Amino acid sequence: MMTNPGNRITQGQFSFLPELTDAQITAQIKWALKHGWAVSVEYTDDPHPRNTYWEMFGMPMFDLKDPAGILLEINSCRKSFPNHYIRVMAFNSTRGGESPAMSFLVNRPKAEPGFTLVRQETEGRQMRYTVHSYATDKPESERY
Amino acid sequence: MSKTETMQEGKERYKSGVIPYKKMGYWEPGYKPKDTDVIALFRITPQPGVDSEEAAAAVAGESSTATWTVVWTDRLTACELYRAKAYRVDAVPNTGPGTSTEQQYFAYIAYDLDLFEEGSIANLTASIIGNVFGFKAVKALRLEDMRIPVAYLKTFQGPATGIVVERERLDKFGRPLLGATTKPKLGLSGRNYGRVVYEALKGGLDFVKDDENINSQPFMHWRDRFLYCMEAVNKASAATGEVKGHYLNVTAGTMEKMYERADFAKSLGAPIVMIDLVIGYTAIQSMAAWARRNDVILHLHRAGNSTYSRQKNHGMNFRVICKWMRMAGVDHIHAGTVVGKLEGDPLMIKGFYDVLRETHNPMSLENGLFFEQDWASLNKVMPVASGGIHAGQMHQLIHYLGEDVVLQFGGGTIGHPMGIQAGATANRVALEAMILARNEGRDYLREGPRILENAAKTCSPLKAALETWKDISFNYESTDTADFVPTATVSA
Repeated sequence: MMTNPGNRITQGQFSFLPELTDAQITAQIKWALKHGWAVSVEYTDDPHPRNTYWEMFGMPMFDLKDPAGILLEINSCRKSFPNHYIRVMAFNSTRGGESPAMSFLVNRPKAEPGFTLVRQETEGRQMRYTVHSYATDKPESERY
Repeated sequence: MSKTETMQEGKERYKSGVIPYKKMGYWEPGYKPKDTDVIALFRITPQPGVDSEEAAAAVAGESSTATWTVVWTDRLTACELYRAKAYRVDAVPNTGPGTSTEQQYFAYIAYDLDLFEEGSIANLTASIIGNVFGFKAVKALRLEDMRIPVAYLKTFQGPATGIVVERERLDKFGRPLLGATTKPKLGLSGRNYGRVVYEALKGGLDFVKDDENINSQPFMHWRDRFLYCMEAVNKASAATGEVKGHYLNVTAGTMEKMYERADFAKSLGAPIVMIDLVIGYTAIQSMAAWARRNDVILHLHRAGNSTYSRQKNHGMNFRVICKWMRMAGVDHIHAGTVVGKLEGDPLMIKGFYDVLRETHNPMSLENGLFFEQDWASLNKVMPVASGGIHAGQMHQLIHYLGEDVVLQFGGGTIGHPMGIQAGATANRVALEAMILARNEGRDYLREGPRILENAAKTCSPLKAALETWKDISFNYESTDTADFVPTATVSA
């Protein structure tokens, strides 16, 4: 178990709030669609803070403008990967952006073991730090 | 007015002696600035007896080719090109007879691109804010704004990282970033200092920051600070699963020392380092190049700017510093809070933020932007709001400052009655609750206090924060506001 204030990984926009309901997720999707952003769903069993490329649950939904349809995709991902981390992202493709504009978690494993900090003493007082996920000691598909 | 009425030609022009600047060719009312011209807008208070056009011509002259007397050697040059041209003078509204302020003028001056060395803020500023500010013919002088041509911008690196890539590196999107400055700013040992950093980051902040004057003093030498802070950063990162950072201030007495400190920070895996504005424009550009080369974000603390940016009649407006710093290549700059303890009129601050964050600024006199400005794909700078802000103002902060900003709650984190971690959590919960509400389409500015109270029901640290700072606000008149008449049909 993690010992930070929420006892969990705090990536994404809303990790310090209670889990979002489907109605709340829908409201966020509407915000994204209002701005013309493409919503996408990604999942992983390797939540290292610098693991950029989570698995894509299908392509970004560039042409889907129906919040209910997008929520269906999210729930289908949750069904397929009930014990993974799942995030919803919104991509802004306009000039000067061309980058994610939103990212928030909508699913977590039941137990979140978190990370250990591996310290390797090097020259003088210097330290090499490695943030290591306990879960990734196991092979993929057996982690959570 | 035709050109011949203002300027003398040929032999008469170059007769030894002193002639008015207007007659030397620095006043050219019909001039249409070229797309490649640098344009500066000065607020001029002429000496008694000096007319506004002569004062503007004098400023154009002294900031470009002129000296106090005629020199024949001008005739060896394409001097008409190299002369800056004052081409327009407007009386500043609400100054002059019948007001409490002496008559002031806005003077528009155009400079040919060839007057400036490529990629050098030092060279640009040596002309524009060089000798001319001590010039006797003007009683006071203030550089209000500049239009930098795309051709010149393209010779600058611009922000080493920029908002977009910074967010991608941090993996943080769709909300302001949260920071705090370690307090007390002076006196803590390295070990104690790192404790503050760890608690604040673990509690929910993204960044902690050195203060401007923490360098390498007897109570804490720089290497000690760097080692303990990076222990804190990495430990907090492991505790939360988030990328965290601490702005390690590498400001020092020489470039060599700054490079040494920055290299050490990088070797420890620091994602960000910081410098102070007082190190100077060239040092800032050097550090921006270093930051680009080493994949490190560069934070700039604007220490010193108020010595010349705060008074309305003399010095320079902060928006010009914002423009120069975007060119020089910093990634973060403190640019005001609107609601906090430091100077800042909301409309003016919007102007600063727009200069830092937009790809293109339309002319907007109410925000103090006198010129249209295309940023030529230079990266965007992340503004930092710091000084006397707390969680209870979250709705106002998001309303005024938007999403691409670092909100820094120093006292508002470390001064929390339940401790630093609780202070950080309070800020993070307040922020996330407000962003959630905003995205849901709620009128969060009006409902802000209720949204926070609601979030506090499941977060005792937020409840305590709201209680502690409920009556704190800083309502003073701004000293720096826009001077414009809303009906004026001014075009640059």
